Amino acid sequence: MDNTLIRPYNHLQTAHCENGVATGLLKHHGLDFMTEPLMFGLGSGIFYIHIPFLMVNGGPAISYRSMPGWIFSRASKLLGVKVNRKKFSSEKEAYDYLNKQIELGNPVGCQVGVFNLPYFPAEYRFHFNAHNLVVYGKENGNYLVSDPVMETVTTLTEEDMVKVRFAKGPLAPKGHVYYPENVKKVSKEELQKAIYKAIHRTAFEMIHIPGPIAGVDGINYTAKQIRKWRDKLGPRKAGLYMGQIVRMQEEIGTGGGGFRFLYAAFLEQAAEITGNQKLLTLSDEFTKAGDLWRTSAINMGRIFKGRLNEQKDFLESADMLDNIAAIERAAFKELKKIKP
Amino acid sequence: MKKEDVPQDPSALVGVTRDVCYVKDKDGKYTTDLSIGWDVKKQALDNAWDDIKERVADAATQVKKGEISPVFYFMELKLMDLTLLSSYTGFWKWTIKRHFKPSVFKSLSESKLNIYAKAFDISIDELKNFNG
Repeated sequence: MDNTLIRPYNHLQTAHCENGVATGLLKHHGLDFMTEPLMFGLGSGIFYIHIPFLMVNGGPAISYRSMPGWIFSRASKLLGVKVNRKKFSSEKEAYDYLNKQIELGNPVGCQVGVFNLPYFPAEYRFHFNAHNLVVYGKENGNYLVSDPVMETVTTLTEEDMVKVRFAKGPLAPKGHVYYPENVKKVSKEELQKAIYKAIHRTAFEMIHIPGPIAGVDGINYTAKQIRKWRDKLGPRKAGLYMGQIVRMQEEIGTGGGGFRFLYAAFLEQAAEITGNQKLLTLSDEFTKAGDLWRTSAINMGRIFKGRLNEQKDFLESADMLDNIAAIERAAFKELKKIKP
Repeated sequence: MKKEDVPQDPSALVGVTRDVCYVKDKDGKYTTDLSIGWDVKKQALDNAWDDIKERVADAATQVKKGEISPVFYFMELKLMDLTLLSSYTGFWKWTIKRHFKPSVFKSLSESKLNIYAKAFDISIDELKNFNG
């Protein structure tokens, strides 16, 4: 193929990478109304899970969002869009396929590992394999990349692209490339219907997933664990665990407050699109929850900075999480009942 | 969070990018703003790195004392664990554990050393000659 093939694509910076790629690609295919909060809400992105016994970077495995890949797939399904996904066992095939898409002028989403992503700050380069970016062309042999967490477009060499597409370990991308197909115009009525369906699915998952570790129950589960950490692990390790919670909650990509502000922004837009004022009231509840998650992070920060490190400080943190869980539980119950 | 409350504490993001935050504007409507960092997050990340650096330094000391092989040191340095190193090299975890023994490491073939060097993104010489 030619060394230089620059294709049109409008770079979009978003809080979260998957939202950004999905929103950007759907806009590219003509769905101008799409925004990051709308994508996040339609994809039922908000979630909570604390997986016991699993460790991530030596700390608890906690997530504030649904499984990587689900947001785009679920939102697309509601809008009648098909997401074409390909994974590869051969690096050569993956390389050829990506070049082919560039030749066709089709910007595609790529799942990558961040450990070898050269333009990321060194401090953020862990072995995390569910990062997403858009490849939209080639210039002098380098890929033109629109990474949603970056303010501007960037590039990757062919060598680096192979490394990040074939990073190993949990959630290994295996060269994963995806793009939307069959994108048709979406009417206002269709969008309204999709919004209600997505809200009901989210509420169902947050309230009714069985077991104590997922959904709102998961927040109570974390609180319960926090009460035991100091005695079980010692003050230092327990402090590091708190740091891990804060990183999962606030680190680049959540929009603040563990995605709760993003969900509140979605409900605000949903209220506007559907004209349902109840959604606006419930948006405020998630703003409140997000603010409390931020307050909880500050409190945890005092613990891992070593300013506070008594058992009562851990208990206070746990109580804060229980309070957040109560607010979210009530809000999701209301959302479950919401009607057009 | 209100727009005026968006933290602007310099962090590792400076010079690379800024973080998108969803915030309320003056009229109480959602909008976005960009943040160069937040001390609470920075401290959490710094602490995680202090922990990593400590583990790497411990590994170097152990190599120096001849208690463990450079494979262990580079695994720590590259933020890997046994599972991850196993998927990068194709070696079983217990095989890698054997290679942690300095005596076993010394007898490793060039081809095996090469697999490790590739996984760690270093040269064979760096791997062989690391002595703490």
